[in-house]
Amino acid sequence: MTVRKNQANLTPDEKRRLVAAFVELKSSGRYDAFVRTHNAFIMGDTDTGERTGHRSPSFLPWHRRFLIEFEQALQSVDPSVALPYWDWTSDRSARSSLWAPDFLGGTGRSLDARVTDGPFAAATGNWTISVRVDARTYLRRSLGATGELPSRAEVDSVLAMDTYDMPPWNSASDGFRNHLEGWRGVNLHNRVHVWVGGQMATGVSPNDPVFWLHHAYVDKLWAQWQRRHPASGYLPLSGTRDVIDLHETMKPWNDVRPADLLDHTAYYTFDTD
Amino acid sequence: MPALTRRRALTAGAAVAATVGLHTRAVAAPHAASTSAHEQEHAHGHDLPEAFDEVFRGRRIQGRPTGGHHHGTGYAVFVDGAELHVMRNADGSWISVVGHYAPVPSPRDAARAAVEELQGASLVPFD
Repeated sequence: MTVRKNQANLTPDEKRRLVAAFVELKSSGRYDAFVRTHNAFIMGDTDTGERTGHRSPSFLPWHRRFLIEFEQALQSVDPSVALPYWDWTSDRSARSSLWAPDFLGGTGRSLDARVTDGPFAAATGNWTISVRVDARTYLRRSLGATGELPSRAEVDSVLAMDTYDMPPWNSASDGFRNHLEGWRGVNLHNRVHVWVGGQMATGVSPNDPVFWLHHAYVDKLWAQWQRRHPASGYLPLSGTRDVIDLHETMKPWNDVRPADLLDHTAYYTFDTD
Repeated sequence: MPALTRRRALTAGAAVAATVGLHTRAVAAPHAASTSAHEQEHAHGHDLPEAFDEVFRGRRIQGRPTGGHHHGTGYAVFVDGAELHVMRNADGSWISVVGHYAPVPSPRDAARAAVEELQGASLVPFD
């Protein structure tokens, strides 16, 4: 059974294996397919039209399925690896071990935000940005250039919300999903993308491996919310135009419904609750 | 989206043939003739912003209503003639594909933010 651990607690060997699996997926071309899929949904999901991956109730189950698929790809390279999560409420600075040269590498240089150390720096030759919105082919970051990561208190204020999601089921919604996603309120998930900067702030955000660690933590927060609100469930239940109801299948897979993804323990567990 | 289809029908030929690089006059967003509940639900009480055309930090940025369902927005933005994918949020704020997670008040702001982010790099086609 896959156990997803806090990235701060990984052993050097676990980091090494995870990085090697990332690099292998990248060199085989499988990695970039995930980036392409994500950007297609980023550009296609709209507040007034069909919306599946983002700005909609299915933001959470869609990314849960997306991460499961990616984790299975990693495990096809090395069965021992699992996706770690980045708790950005506790590892809040560019000095975190997450950003050390033996893991994800650090922030970008001031000249052009180019990441110059770690296994994903352009100079390694292992991490060319191919699925891109501009001409630059090197991984970029500007860690912390835009204020602060969310605090534990801000996370708790969102976890306290009793209703999963509300009409109009988009970026204007009140409720847990949209406050976690960040289009409204204290802004959790969106703000972390902006804090990292570089490709993470764009539609091709999965170009930065931290995308998966960030979303693994967003996913864990969904699980925490479920435990705090056992009487609350996924909404909407049925008949909602442009929006994925509980028992409706989600693109691009077309064989999986939010209802199939509510219980993460069917796929993986976490090191702590 | 029937509302936009109606709008497109009403404005066929208006502002759809604008060529990249051609200076276009500011065109106010067309008002749809009917406002069904569905349309009101999706109109958010905002008209599309007017066109703009300026040089910002050495890059030419342009934006204009397209009079149609253009990538879900009815508005197109260009940086040095290359299209920047933009999107309007339900609250009337805007994002672009290079500043996807940080809404700004207008498409001009989205174009300026993109210029800052690009640091001189050119956009690549997204279709």
